[in-house]
Amino acid sequence: MSADTTTHTEEHGMSNAGYVRIALILAAITALEVSTYYVDFGRLFLPALMIMMVVKFIMVVSYFMHLKFDNKMFTWIFYAGLILAIGVYCVALATFHFFS
Amino acid sequence: MSADHAVASHDAHVTSTGLSNVKLGMWLFLGSECLLFGGLISTYMLYRGRVGTGPTPMQVFDIPFTSVSSFVLLMSSLTMVLGVSAAHKGDDRNTYLWVAVTALLGATFVGGQVYEFTAFYNEGMGFTTSLFTSSFYVLTGFHGVHVTVGIIMLMSTLGIMKRSKVPGSKSETVEMLGLYWHFVDIVWIIIFTLIYLIPV
Repeated sequence: MSADTTTHTEEHGMSNAGYVRIALILAAITALEVSTYYVDFGRLFLPALMIMMVVKFIMVVSYFMHLKFDNKMFTWIFYAGLILAIGVYCVALATFHFFS
Repeated sequence: MSADHAVASHDAHVTSTGLSNVKLGMWLFLGSECLLFGGLISTYMLYRGRVGTGPTPMQVFDIPFTSVSSFVLLMSSLTMVLGVSAAHKGDDRNTYLWVAVTALLGATFVGGQVYEFTAFYNEGMGFTTSLFTSSFYVLTGFHGVHVTVGIIMLMSTLGIMKRSKVPGSKSETVEMLGLYWHFVDIVWIIIFTLIYLIPV
């Protein structure tokens, strides 16, 4: 593999087959999410849904938005905004006794 | 082209961070958008039980229909990333194709949302019926507007690319569109789980 080809793969992420594989995994997780509406998962219902949501989120951001392959500065910028939002709104919701 | 001109045009792409300013600006914008949607989602979570005399979420939500819409939006992320990949390879034909398919899938999603809103309204769920309905329509409506803006940008970019009038790098333009589109998708991933799948 030439140096040019290596640089191209690093900059732009995966092959098209790789993207299709990621999309299939996302579709499978979505199907599993929808199944929680019909099947009783008991106490696992909420944690399972939240984990699946976070996994889908991270997969799209990492692979489709190329954060996994891109400069770490972009990762910091995006996740800083996201963590700030989660922190601020968790405090706001706690103020209104949402979690109690 | 003189050597000086060649150096000048190369320097035009050099930034103090070594990163593309356009890309940096887009990620800053997306980071700030987290705060916008975070506020709307929090407001909905706070008011989702305040239904008054109106319908409850579980009475009106059509989970099979919304699941199909979610799947359509998820697949539009795949077509978008294939468009970005084609743009990076300089494959104009596939770039046009995948960008157009993405716009079509996005339009399908928005069409589904319009249908859903109409069905909700006919079931007595108006914008001012309760705090739940207001916060629901504002949140999902804002998301729908973002998708619509994305479709307009996709179609405009297609038109500009056809006329070969894209300023700067064509692949970077498509990549920025892709970042916006994927962001709209990840927001829906959260909305679908928190709003539709978790009962009040």
